Amino acid sequence: MTTATLTGTASMATPGYGLRSVARMEWLKLRSVRSTAWVLLVFAAGLIGLAILVMAHQHWATMSPADRASFDPTEESFAGLAIGQLAFGVLGALVITTEFSSGMIRATLAAVPNRPLLLAAKAAVLAAVTLVAGEVLAFASFAVGELVLRSPAPHATLGQPGVLRAVLMAGAYPALIALLALGLGAVIRHTAGAISAVAGILFVLPLILVPLGTSIQNSVGQFMPMLIAENSITAVKPQSHTLSPGAGFGMLCLYAAIALAAGTWALARRDA
Amino acid sequence: MIEARGLVKRYGPTTAVDHLSFDVRPGTVTGFLGPNGAGKSTTMRMMLGLDRPDAGTVRINGKDYRDLRSPLREVGALLEVSGSKAFHPGRTARSHLAALAASNDIPRRRVSEVLEITGLAMAAGRRAGKFSLGMAQRLGIAAALLGDPAVLVLDEPVNGLDPEGIRWIRNLLKSLATQGRTVLISSHLISEVAQTADQLIVIGQGRLLAQTTVAELSARSQSLEEAFFQLTEGSAEYSASSIAYQGSLP
Repeated sequence: MTTATLTGTASMATPGYGLRSVARMEWLKLRSVRSTAWVLLVFAAGLIGLAILVMAHQHWATMSPADRASFDPTEESFAGLAIGQLAFGVLGALVITTEFSSGMIRATLAAVPNRPLLLAAKAAVLAAVTLVAGEVLAFASFAVGELVLRSPAPHATLGQPGVLRAVLMAGAYPALIALLALGLGAVIRHTAGAISAVAGILFVLPLILVPLGTSIQNSVGQFMPMLIAENSITAVKPQSHTLSPGAGFGMLCLYAAIALAAGTWALARRDA
Repeated sequence: MIEARGLVKRYGPTTAVDHLSFDVRPGTVTGFLGPNGAGKSTTMRMMLGLDRPDAGTVRINGKDYRDLRSPLREVGALLEVSGSKAFHPGRTARSHLAALAASNDIPRRRVSEVLEITGLAMAAGRRAGKFSLGMAQRLGIAAALLGDPAVLVLDEPVNGLDPEGIRWIRNLLKSLATQGRTVLISSHLISEVAQTADQLIVIGQGRLLAQTTVAELSARSQSLEEAFFQLTEGSAEYSASSIAYQGSLP
């Protein structure tokens, strides 16, 4: 009865699995769980919502001259990155930790025993999805922010020096946090633990610096991902004690690369 | 063909698999037997490249699992460890299988075929987390059949199936073996395995106790179960006390 269909359409010649086919599996996995849509929704709502909230409440008339001088209409429209980075951090962690919590990792590794290739495919798909969503929403929150900002406060346009760079980097930032979280997730393997680690790096590390005094805050703080996002890559007006946009972006890429390297090492070395 | 040679796996001070060597031949169903904790699951995980042996090798069709270029087309696996399934509970059965099929370039229509074979076609659009134990087991078997593999490694395939399901899986495994495939099924119940398997590999405390046949084993004693108990005696992980329990109720 079943024997007729057992030898079905599967037995065709194949050159073997590779990055392309494994990435297709990861894409199908990512879009077939609800958490992906929820995370994207929170990300979009956070970015647009905070852009409106912050930019609609800039009262130019009552601002001090110092505040007016430092007012950066580009950077201010990315206040939502504080929420967005965590949303994509959660997504990056879930991509690998749910494999371990559900036991899916055994089916995945039985299909793709090359573990570095598996993590590379996960990173490629995650990067593509979060980068596209990040850029679309970065441009959207910039546009919405400038729209709700009331004159006579100065407005930013993409044609002004540094503005396009700031918007592009604002869109890439959450994608880099997602990759950082994927790497941490591959090391930690537990959803709660991985998300705690991401939240700790983003929110708690800068707080630890506060009691250590201004000089340490100034020298070390500029390397914190969230402060890089705020003061380096999305800022158009230069600020003191911060990395340049290029150096800040380079640091973020380095963090993501280190986390992914650690994740690859842990995944390849440990039993599944 | 599966060849294990001198397999060793240690977890801290415990040796789960202790210099284990055996062959699993094609064209027949081989039962992989032993008491709980004998090292069956660990051995199967090493076969599939999930766990790395501390010593020894296990080869499938002459190759290390990690060197297979299209693993799902060569080996079908069903693995279940301590109740956790090998699928994401939020994903539908069809999405789960489609994702796995994509990784090994298995055509999409094969997903529908294995859903038909395992009787899950009607439930294909449901979230796998809502499945009963029996349906979850069928989904695991569907995944194992995806690549139409010549080798099947199934850990406790009968688990959770109802009597009709048990009869179905027995017939399925026998027909797969008749087609010349290598079929290895693990169990801790000799009576269950004897209904499906001809060949037996019996292990206890990670060591090979016997590589034999059902017919040969049952000839050793007045019953097959008795012969199995004699073989595995002293290697059970937890043996019940031989002193009869004396109630202390007033």
